[in-house]
Amino acid sequence: MTRSFTTSGAPFFAPKPTVTKVMLQVLLALVPGILAYAWFFGPGVIVQILLAMVFALIFESLMLRLRGQPQLPYVTDLSALVTAVLFALCIPPLAPWWISCIAMLFAIVVAKHLYGGLGQNLFNPAMVGYVVVLISFPQAMTAWLPPLALSQHSLGLADTLAIIFGGQIPIQGGWDAITHATPLDILKTTLDSGAVITEIRRSPLFGDYGGLGWEWVANGFALGGLFLLYKRVISWHVPLAVTGSVILLSLPLWLANPDSNLSPMQHVFSGAIVLAAFFIATDPVSGCVSNPGKLIFGAGVGIITLVIRRWGGYPDGIAFAVLLMNMAAPLIDRYTRPRIYGE
Amino acid sequence: MNDAVARIGPVNHHFHGGLRLRHNKKISCQHQVERPRLPKQLVVPLQQHAGDVATPCVQVGERVLKGQQIGNCESCVAIHSPVSGIVNAIENHLISHPSGKSDNCVVITPDGAEEWVKLDPVTDWQHADPEELILHLKLCGIAGLGGAVFPTHVKIRDGRARQIHTLILNGAECEPYISCDEMLMREKPAKIILGARILRRAIGADRVVVAIEDQMGAVYEALNAAAHEADSKNISVVKITTIYPEGGERQLIQVLTGSEVPIDGRPSDLGLVCQNVATAAAVADAVVEGKPLIERYITVSGNGITTPRNWLALIGTSFAHLIDACGGYRGDVTRLVIGGPMMGYPVASDAVPVVKAVNCILALTQADVATPQVEMPCIRCGECARVCPARLLPQSLYLQTKNGLWDDAGAYGLSSCIECGCCDLVCPSHIPLVDWFRFGKSELVQRKIKTRAVERARTRFEAREQRLELKQRKRAEKMALRKQMLKDKSKQKDRVQAAITRAKEKADNKPRIIHGSSDDT
Ligand code: SF4
Ligand code: SF4
Repeated sequence: MTRSFTTSGAPFFAPKPTVTKVMLQVLLALVPGILAYAWFFGPGVIVQILLAMVFALIFESLMLRLRGQPQLPYVTDLSALVTAVLFALCIPPLAPWWISCIAMLFAIVVAKHLYGGLGQNLFNPAMVGYVVVLISFPQAMTAWLPPLALSQHSLGLADTLAIIFGGQIPIQGGWDAITHATPLDILKTTLDSGAVITEIRRSPLFGDYGGLGWEWVANGFALGGLFLLYKRVISWHVPLAVTGSVILLSLPLWLANPDSNLSPMQHVFSGAIVLAAFFIATDPVSGCVSNPGKLIFGAGVGIITLVIRRWGGYPDGIAFAVLLMNMAAPLIDRYTRPRIYGE
Repeated sequence: MNDAVARIGPVNHHFHGGLRLRHNKKISCQHQVERPRLPKQLVVPLQQHAGDVATPCVQVGERVLKGQQIGNCESCVAIHSPVSGIVNAIENHLISHPSGKSDNCVVITPDGAEEWVKLDPVTDWQHADPEELILHLKLCGIAGLGGAVFPTHVKIRDGRARQIHTLILNGAECEPYISCDEMLMREKPAKIILGARILRRAIGADRVVVAIEDQMGAVYEALNAAAHEADSKNISVVKITTIYPEGGERQLIQVLTGSEVPIDGRPSDLGLVCQNVATAAAVADAVVEGKPLIERYITVSGNGITTPRNWLALIGTSFAHLIDACGGYRGDVTRLVIGGPMMGYPVASDAVPVVKAVNCILALTQADVATPQVEMPCIRCGECARVCPARLLPQSLYLQTKNGLWDDAGAYGLSSCIECGCCDLVCPSHIPLVDWFRFGKSELVQRKIKTRAVERARTRFEAREQRLELKQRKRAEKMALRKQMLKDKSKQKDRVQAAITRAKEKADNKPRIIHGSSDDT
């Protein structure tokens, strides 16, 4: 007796990895950094993350419908959520709710779906959203908080929600009483007014090697990044190139003039360098393909960031650096194709 | 001598990418290899490898002997009857092809006598003319048993012409489940080494290197002992790390020598020829005993088989017969695959017969095969490029193939894809990458043929133009010549005329001679 079988091509193996799993691992890896953030700066960041997630999902679902794509499995691939979280980590914890809405509109609708959806975007969606709101609403983007340890008014969850959704300042003294510039902001403004770093760094806002609190947030992200490396979700090339180029470029500047230049350590651990090195510049869709390409891409991000920090008009330049390198990525890819076997 | 030789040794080099897969080999290595009970009917396809189809040289109703030639052809190897019996039919029958197509087969009913045809071994192969050995292999139907069934005599003849120093025997079955070569090496090490020496003489090589996987256990000792006995100086056995697909010819060469076969070249460019260990054993049988290739080791395995094991099966045995001999199916078998889970291909029915190319029959259950998952867009995660042993960028090739950018795909090395399936396996978006690449490669071949045809047409056209032009020129020249000649002729005429006139004038000027008064008297 003979039997018949269905035929479909090799390879025959189960189970296969999924996009959802990759994205889930990225989200998981962000947790330590987020926890450190909330620990040092209060619950605002969590609220922002949830807010961005909701908007991201709404826009994602809407765009899928408009483009005639099935909701499943695209909504559950979690890629929109990764975009949302990365964005929320870049904005001030007290930014008003509509900031998220506008940013996600640009991130998900314009940068992602108008470019063809998952896998097609030329630019990193989270950074597109961030840059749009940063340029359009500079005022709202300064609502940073000092570390809880230094603030006279610790904001509870209710207060935070009231500020984000109602724009109400529950504390006497208004904005100025609760918000506080970030270490990089302070550096930028005071350096411009002629102070020297050793002086500025005496402010308790600066911690041991980064900003107070910020250095621990960065450590959290680094921990998550190592997890991604271990899980092989990302390769070491981009993180190494980003941090390496920042260090190599800032080292001679600092050695030459430590009074007006930050040390490499401070550069790496303040602002969003670590987050960018492991989570943002490693976005495969808008990055480079080959390993040499990734090194060039990462180095570009590091160098541009540093140039903007040092000579540009913004205290931190990661988002611009990433977007600029996104533009260069196809060209880099073209010139860094690996040598084929036997070629 | 090429320095690649000096480098083959205990040091393993690396190839890019690859995957460590679960071997699943042990399950089929529990039993000694035996011949299954004689089937009631054998179906021998007349096409055993890519290329030409053999023409049958027996009649329906005729009695054939075991080992008697039943098909021959110019460019491919001969085909022989696996049993003694009656030729029942020469007809179309389902063959092992992914599309489930039928092809011309010789159907033989065995008479159970197992009466051999008169065998014709090569006496004293050590001193035989290599050409004679090569011809003998063709007549005995020897083809590569690793799965590609490339005619062995063609490979050797090509090698002879190109100064081969080392013969590599490939004993690395990189794919999971397949264990037929391992069993053969365990049970017949001496025969493999003997075949290797014959092949070495036929090719004119100096050395033999047998490459096996490091997890094959007792095989190493067995082969080493056999090699030691035969020619310890020039035959060595090398263990290599088991990483899929290290058994691929190009990867194996890279692991052994650290050199890469040129992109458009062949192993013989490095002075190397690869043969499968099973082919070597078949060569020994053919040359020393005169036995043609009518049976081979086959693994029948997978979670859908009751007792997985290896068989020494006659060519023409139906899959169903072998699976029955293993105690039949078990569980919800959803795929029947020829070859391994990575590069094998599914067949639609177990009625298909064993051919020389079949090294493994795999019955896979639902749990073994990935449930068809929705294909997502490529997220450019780069996993595929990380594992590609040919160092390609599958994500780029995928887009190029899909969008028909054939020139780009060619420039990015689509033709170098060995279809190993590594990229496909790791892709989180479940893109059937290998399917795309198979399609793309055949498309590239087609286009090359077409451009070649266009080129040929153009050269032909240009040649014709030239010919016509030449003809015209010649004609013109001829015309000119003729004209010249005519002119000359007319000139001549003029000259003649002139002469005549001159003569006439002369004559006129002369005093008239009066006839009859010319006597000087
Ligand atoms: S593995 Fe799949 S999803 Fe990832 S880059 Fe390759 S083709 Fe794209
Ligand atoms: S199938 Fe081709 S492209 Fe994919 S990994 Fe193998 S050689 Fe590379």
